[in-house]
Amino acid sequence: MPHTLTIHELTTQLAARQLTAREATQACLDRITAVDENLNAFISHDAQDALAQAAAADAAIANGASHDEQPLLGVPIAIKDVIAVKNQPLTCGSKILGDFISPYEATVIGKLRDAGATIFGRLNMDEFAMGSSTENSAFGPARNPWDQERISGGSSGGSAVAVAVDECIAALGSDTGGSIRQPAAHCGCVGLKPTYGRVSRFGLVAYASSLDQIGTLTKDTRDAATMLNVISGHDPRDSTSIQRDVPDYASGFGENLKGLKIGLPREYQAAGLDPEVRDSVDAAIKQLGELGAEVREISLPHTEYAVATYYIIATAEASANLARFEGVRYGARVEGSDPESMNRATRGAGFGEEVKRRIILGTYVLSSGYYDAYYLRAQKVRTLIREDFLKAFEEVDIIASPTSPTAAFKIGEKAGDPLQMYLSDIYTISANLASICGISVPCGFTSGNLPIGLQLLGRPFGEGKILQAAHTYEQATDWHTKRPTIN
Amino acid sequence: MEIDLQHVVKLARIDLTPDEEARIRPQVEEILKYVEKLGELDVSDVEPTAHAVPLTNVMREDEIQPSLSHDDAMRNAPKKSNGLFVVPKIVE
Repeated sequence: MPHTLTIHELTTQLAARQLTAREATQACLDRITAVDENLNAFISHDAQDALAQAAAADAAIANGASHDEQPLLGVPIAIKDVIAVKNQPLTCGSKILGDFISPYEATVIGKLRDAGATIFGRLNMDEFAMGSSTENSAFGPARNPWDQERISGGSSGGSAVAVAVDECIAALGSDTGGSIRQPAAHCGCVGLKPTYGRVSRFGLVAYASSLDQIGTLTKDTRDAATMLNVISGHDPRDSTSIQRDVPDYASGFGENLKGLKIGLPREYQAAGLDPEVRDSVDAAIKQLGELGAEVREISLPHTEYAVATYYIIATAEASANLARFEGVRYGARVEGSDPESMNRATRGAGFGEEVKRRIILGTYVLSSGYYDAYYLRAQKVRTLIREDFLKAFEEVDIIASPTSPTAAFKIGEKAGDPLQMYLSDIYTISANLASICGISVPCGFTSGNLPIGLQLLGRPFGEGKILQAAHTYEQATDWHTKRPTIN
Repeated sequence: MEIDLQHVVKLARIDLTPDEEARIRPQVEEILKYVEKLGELDVSDVEPTAHAVPLTNVMREDEIQPSLSHDDAMRNAPKKSNGLFVVPKIVE
């Protein structure tokens, strides 16, 4: 059952010649055939291309290539359909890109290839990463493997499902307001959003440029560290990527948590937090305390303004970024008698309703007469939110909370009420506004057997610290080893 | 909170069906009403955050580097002719 392995288990077996990369990739492809018709984690996948890459990895291993040099050699990794892989389709979960084939490759994909990974599959997502449930995909929702009547989370829902049910060994996602952490929590896997600037976004289709970040979905924290080691670093092709050394993110693993200070935001005990989620997260925090961490209450006074701030900034940036889909240079087109009517018809037919709603909202808040009242004010409140976090991080090393206020909700439950959907992002969006890092790890189940996620937020470039704490917790628990039964 | 949806839709260049318009208008108005809560804060002395990491202009030598070929750049165009994008007639 090679598809059920983690990166570190698989590479150990590959190195020991107990298994071939081809067998590992074939096992993932077989798993997709067996379960994905219902789960809908993949929009498409190119089996032949995947097996050819795996065969090349086997040849490299036979010629003496080592996992010290190439830590992902022979590891099948699936990609959210918003990151460009050369000569593969790129849909962003939308109809508007038509049969677009990517003519170039994202920097993160090049890094994964250099590390020996087998890159395969296009993972389902909310259209242009706008959503918290994957219900906004033009290709239908990715279903939660623990209860297929429920959402997988979003926007990287396909990535979380594929990892949770072993259709791949690990996956890439993107996180603009929680889009990696929330689906990881809902599906029971590990989701890591690195600090803004840590990972190059060249080749990531932009949604909200000041918030977007590529990150990982994995079966455990060691794999998250391995993936982050590979994809991090400065890229001259992304001017927002930071010139800063990449440490070994697993270097703190095995050390105890003595002296680690964990803060609990007073403001996060708000109405709407499900009691079962609260109890699981409280138990996890108690356990972190028993493992040596000091736990104390902190305050993030501007928490109640985060959702409003996010939905102004994100939609404004989206309205500008998505102007490029106009029916001229790529994608689908609906003809019109003049360029403007062609643009309008193309965008009207090509975008789904949530994308239209956000572009309209973003266009409005940027329009003449409203810019200062909405966009500029939101950017100022963003400063206050960021300052809350930086001040809190003078007192504590890590901030702990639930990842999401509830477990996965039913498909369709919030679809008619976008504001309610937005409010469910309360614990995750602040990390993007403050440009810090965060991770979600499994920490329990509801009485209905739905996974619950514990979120740990860290200082800018503090990924090593949150990974260390998450790993220590993981070693003391077995939540991350639970797998759904697929019927 | 009433918005001039026709004006915004024209700026955004998105055709909406009458059904979509009927659904989206109250939703957008509800969200705008919700975000009014930012008005509770005094931000007169606060600097706006555009990017939360310090960014400086990135320069490189003005040298020709490999880039997408013309064919690759054109290959996803919905309508093209002689290596050019084709659009509806703009001038008479």
